[in-house]
Amino acid sequence: MTSKHSSYKEPLIQYLVFLADTNLILSQRNSEWCGHGPVLEQDIAITNITLDLLGQARLLYQYAAELINKENPSANETEDTLAYHRLEREYKNLLLTELPKGDWAVTILRQFLYSVYQQLLYTELLNGKDKHLAAIAEKSLKETHYHVKWSSEWVLRLGDGTPESHARMENALLSLWMYTDEMFIAAAYEDKSITGIAVTELKKEWLTRVSAILQEATLAVPSDDLFMQTGGKTGVHTEHMGYILADLQYLQRTYPGANW
Amino acid sequence: MKTTSGHIINEAFVLDLLAKIPDPEIPVISIIELGIVRDVLIQNNGVTVKYTPTYSGCPAMDMISMQIKLALKEAGIENAKLEQVLSPAWTTEWMTETGKRKLEQYGIAPPNPIGDSDKPRCCPHCGSINTQLLSQFGSTSCKALYQCLSCKEPFEYFKCH
Ligand SMILES: [Zn+2]
Repeated sequence: MTSKHSSYKEPLIQYLVFLADTNLILSQRNSEWCGHGPVLEQDIAITNITLDLLGQARLLYQYAAELINKENPSANETEDTLAYHRLEREYKNLLLTELPKGDWAVTILRQFLYSVYQQLLYTELLNGKDKHLAAIAEKSLKETHYHVKWSSEWVLRLGDGTPESHARMENALLSLWMYTDEMFIAAAYEDKSITGIAVTELKKEWLTRVSAILQEATLAVPSDDLFMQTGGKTGVHTEHMGYILADLQYLQRTYPGANW
Repeated sequence: MKTTSGHIINEAFVLDLLAKIPDPEIPVISIIELGIVRDVLIQNNGVTVKYTPTYSGCPAMDMISMQIKLALKEAGIENAKLEQVLSPAWTTEWMTETGKRKLEQYGIAPPNPIGDSDKPRCCPHCGSINTQLLSQFGSTSCKALYQCLSCKEPFEYFKCH
C-alpha cells in the first residue's frame, strides 16, 4: 500500500524524511518512559532528551514539507501531515529506533549507540551540501552533546555496576547490536553525491568511541561477524513498527484534521 | 509606516514591545533578556521579527511566537512576520546581564560565560559555593538540577549552551 507520499522522489527530501523519522520514532519510544522512569531525575532526563529529538524532527519535517510544496504547490504538506499521514512502508527510520523500549538497560544503550552516531553524522552535515540542513545540524548538535554524555554515564554505571545491571547490559547489547550496521549502509538517497557525506566512513570512528565506553563499562564489544539486520531506511520494518504508528497516528486517523 | 492608531513604527518601538513579553517558562525575564530576538526589520510591507529558538524541542517556542504576533497586533501592527533563524545557534552568551541578574534573584543560578566551567557559580539562595549536581536535566531542557550543600536547598542552574 502506498499514499501520495511515495511520490516524492527527490533524494534530499527522502534524506530529510529519513533523518526526521529516525528522531521521531526514537522520541516516540522514549516517551513511553514519561512517568515511569526509575527515579524522578532520570524520568525527567529521558523526557528532555525525547523533547530534543522531537524538536529536531520537527525542524527536519518542516524543511522537507517546504521543499515538497515548492515542487508540488498543491501538495500542502506540513510537519504534521508527514508524521501523521504516512504509511509504515513510507517511514524510513532506522530499525534500531523502533524496537520496544525494553528495560532501562535497553533504553539507555540504544540512546548511547544512536547519539554517538548522531553526533558524528551531524558534525559531517555541518559541512554537507545543503545549507539549511547544516543549520539544523548545528542547532541539534548542541543537544546531542548532552545525550552522548548522559547515556555514556549510564552505560558505565550499569555495565560496571552490580551483577544484575551488568547482565542486563549484556542482554541489551546482544539484542541491539545487530541493528547498528544499518546506520552505515547508505540508502540510494543517502549517496555522497547527494549529501556530501560518506556515511560508511563514519563506522570506524563510531566503533572506536562506542568500544571505548563499553570496555570501560567492562562490557565485551560484540564480534563483527554477527548477523546484521537492515531495512528501515527503505521502509522494510520490524513487526513493532505498525504498533508504534497505530499509537502515534491514532487521533489523526480517527478524526482527520483534528485540531486543538 | 504607522500603527493603526498612528504611532510611527520603528525598530525601537518594536523592541520595546518585545521587551514586555515574558519567557513563558521563566516569566521574570523577557524574550529580549533571554537573547532570542536576533533582528527586527521594518519594511514598507510590514514588520519582520527574526528569532532563534533556544532548544529545538522547547515547548515554549510556539507560545513565544504566538505572543510576539499578539503583542504586535495589539499595538496596531498588522501582519507581522516571524522568521526562525537556526544558524548561528542560540547560545547563553546572548542572554543579557540584566537577564542573568533577574534569574539569580528568582532562584535560578545563571549560566556562566562559555569557556568557564559549566557549573553554577554559587547557590542562588545563600551564596555558598558548596553545591553538587543532582541531574544534568532539570524541569526544562535549559536547566540542570543542583543542591546546595550549605543551606541544603535544591536549585536549578541555567546550563551554558
Ligand atoms: Zn544555599
